[in-house]
Amino acid sequence: MNSVNPAARFLGGARSLRTRLLVAFALLGVSTAALVAGVDYVQARDIILQKAQDTAVLTITERIETLPPLGDLPPSQATLDEIAGRLSGRDDTAVAVYRDRRSVGRLDPDTLPRELRRAVGEGIVVWQRVSMNGRPVLVIGTQLRLGRPGRPAQPPGGSALPPGPATQPSELEIYSVRSLEPEQQSIARLATRAWLTGAVALVFAVLLAVLAGRGVLEPVRELRRATNRLGEGDLTARAQIRGTDELADVARTFNNTAETLERHVGDLRRMEAEARRFVADVSHELRTPLAAMTAVTDVLDDEAQRLPGDAGRAARLVSGETHKLTRLVNDLIEVSRFDTGTATLALDDVDVAEAIRATLRARGWSDRVRTDLPQGVVARLDPRRLDVIIANLVSNALRHGAPPVSVRTHVRPDRLDIEVGDGGPGLAPDVLPHVFNRFYKADTARARSEGSGLGLAIARENARLHGGDLTAANRPAGGAVFTVHLPRPGSEPGDTR
Amino acid sequence: MVRHEPPRAVDTGARALGSAEIVGHVSRVLLIEDDRAVRTGLELALTRQGHAVDAAETGEQGLELLRATPPDVVVLDLMLPGMDGFEICRRIRTDGDLPIIMLTARNDDMDVVAGLEAGADDYVVKPVQPRVLEARIRAVLRRTGGGPANVGPPPVERHGDLTIDRAALMVSKHGEPVGLAPTELRLLLELSATPGRVLSRQQLLELVWEHDYLGDSRLVDACVQRLRAKIEDDSAAPVYIQTVRGFGYRFGPL
Repeated sequence: MNSVNPAARFLGGARSLRTRLLVAFALLGVSTAALVAGVDYVQARDIILQKAQDTAVLTITERIETLPPLGDLPPSQATLDEIAGRLSGRDDTAVAVYRDRRSVGRLDPDTLPRELRRAVGEGIVVWQRVSMNGRPVLVIGTQLRLGRPGRPAQPPGGSALPPGPATQPSELEIYSVRSLEPEQQSIARLATRAWLTGAVALVFAVLLAVLAGRGVLEPVRELRRATNRLGEGDLTARAQIRGTDELADVARTFNNTAETLERHVGDLRRMEAEARRFVADVSHELRTPLAAMTAVTDVLDDEAQRLPGDAGRAARLVSGETHKLTRLVNDLIEVSRFDTGTATLALDDVDVAEAIRATLRARGWSDRVRTDLPQGVVARLDPRRLDVIIANLVSNALRHGAPPVSVRTHVRPDRLDIEVGDGGPGLAPDVLPHVFNRFYKADTARARSEGSGLGLAIARENARLHGGDLTAANRPAGGAVFTVHLPRPGSEPGDTR
Repeated sequence: MVRHEPPRAVDTGARALGSAEIVGHVSRVLLIEDDRAVRTGLELALTRQGHAVDAAETGEQGLELLRATPPDVVVLDLMLPGMDGFEICRRIRTDGDLPIIMLTARNDDMDVVAGLEAGADDYVVKPVQPRVLEARIRAVLRRTGGGPANVGPPPVERHGDLTIDRAALMVSKHGEPVGLAPTELRLLLELSATPGRVLSRQQLLELVWEHDYLGDSRLVDACVQRLRAKIEDDSAAPVYIQTVRGFGYRFGPL
């Protein structure tokens, strides 16, 4: 069991700082008030009761002293009545009891507590506060003693001292009952005042808590606002600093941290943008000389046939590599356009089956690729980008996979899936997660292949630009399969041109 | 300013085959390109394809050459120092119907759209393979001569206020001749050959631009805009060239 006390757990578990503050203030206020009022109340009550008791005992003692000497025992009924009469006053009633007889009167000794009577019977002077008929009363009981006539057995105040040797008990018991109602009322007034004090203290505490809460919570709330904005990516978010307290320190620290963060992120972004711009610039700079070289590759190809030996081979090599370099630079430019966010879609309503066939036809792949393309599927796409996706996937399958290479489309309610699969061994598990990485080569031994190494990355970026995606997997039956998922908002499978 | 004359006689079989189509008519190409190497390379390639090439380094030079020896087609780099390609495009368009092919560095940015709006007929992206440029030049040159291959409808047709003379390649509205660039004219002829039938952008690209696959549909859209500006009463509410959303374009119904 943990030893946290329930109050602390409650405070700790309370939802908000405001609640905790309120509860703490209220507890503090009420407990202080309760302590002060309670101690006050208990003291005042004791004093009041003590005073009432003292007065009562004193009164009854004085009265007993005025009694005439006690005659022979047993006393007559008249004597009992007279004693009772003399001992009664305005505020109290007395009864005299001798064995089974008693003085006449309203007060019935049998209603008195038995322990009290036993104690008196043993010769002890006793007083006790009891409730009679629902009213608080003080009962004083004593035995008259023989010897010095009329002296009570004990001076008031003592209760259990054995009687002195000078006198002896007479078995004549005196009980005096005095109402404590006036005192009770005073005490009740005291209690009411104590409760009132508590209530006022509670109200004060709550008011103070609300005020203090506002003072503390406003900066906290401000800090939370700023933190949220920062979390949402607004690096310019700052907290307003008020005052010079610890919360202001926290706000200042927050602001300094945010400033540093903003600076660092700004630096990083600038560096990243510079790097991207550099790639874009390099690609574009390469493009102009390449344009000149590309323009004359046909000349080289034509002349290579007639050039002798080495010169011819060199010319063919330059021509071939110029084409590869062009492809690489074009792919780099394409990638840098995605990186800089400048790639845009030129959407058109495209007959997907027709577009895929055109892509295959244009590259002379129609005979090498099996197709399963439902007719009449029209989707809103960028046809050039669809061509790039399909061409890259099929080219990849033809180069790295094994026949049969197939292209299939599946129309789903909300999207269009285009699958490009092959019959090869599939992708190795360690290759699969990296297959879309730029310049990723599954086979390190084959340092350079026909492709630029950017084809699959570009295909995926193109799919994503459409709001879709490109995924790679292995078919249970063997062979890799790349699936293009393209969203088709508003198009129905039955659409035709 | 360098002028290359095409090779005279048929000196190799391979080249003769490539130039067979234009034997008897040497087309004159004005090439405006500021980069020396690209200019030289393209000059070389186009000359070997059998064209007479005039090459200019700047727009001003190009316009001068254009007046001196009117070419059949202009190949124009958009990014030029001084007067840029768009301005040259506009000037050529105000003067006449000379076909223009733009050379652009990028294929999906605003340059293409701006160039097409300025009146270019087609565009190629650098670095361009000589045979691609050659195919585009031939396609655009074919638009200037002869009507569409399908010879069915009568030579002179009336569509509302519009009169189309397929034999003379003349279009007039309210009897007034309308000056159309070759591509615009070809587009109008293809569309009006089958009134009421919808042609997709890809179909039009194949018919008019002779792009074998995946042409840029912005070519069609830009050309339709220019055509509408010339023949429609209100380009915003076209009557002759209507857009069929999701499918393409249609001539009429009036």
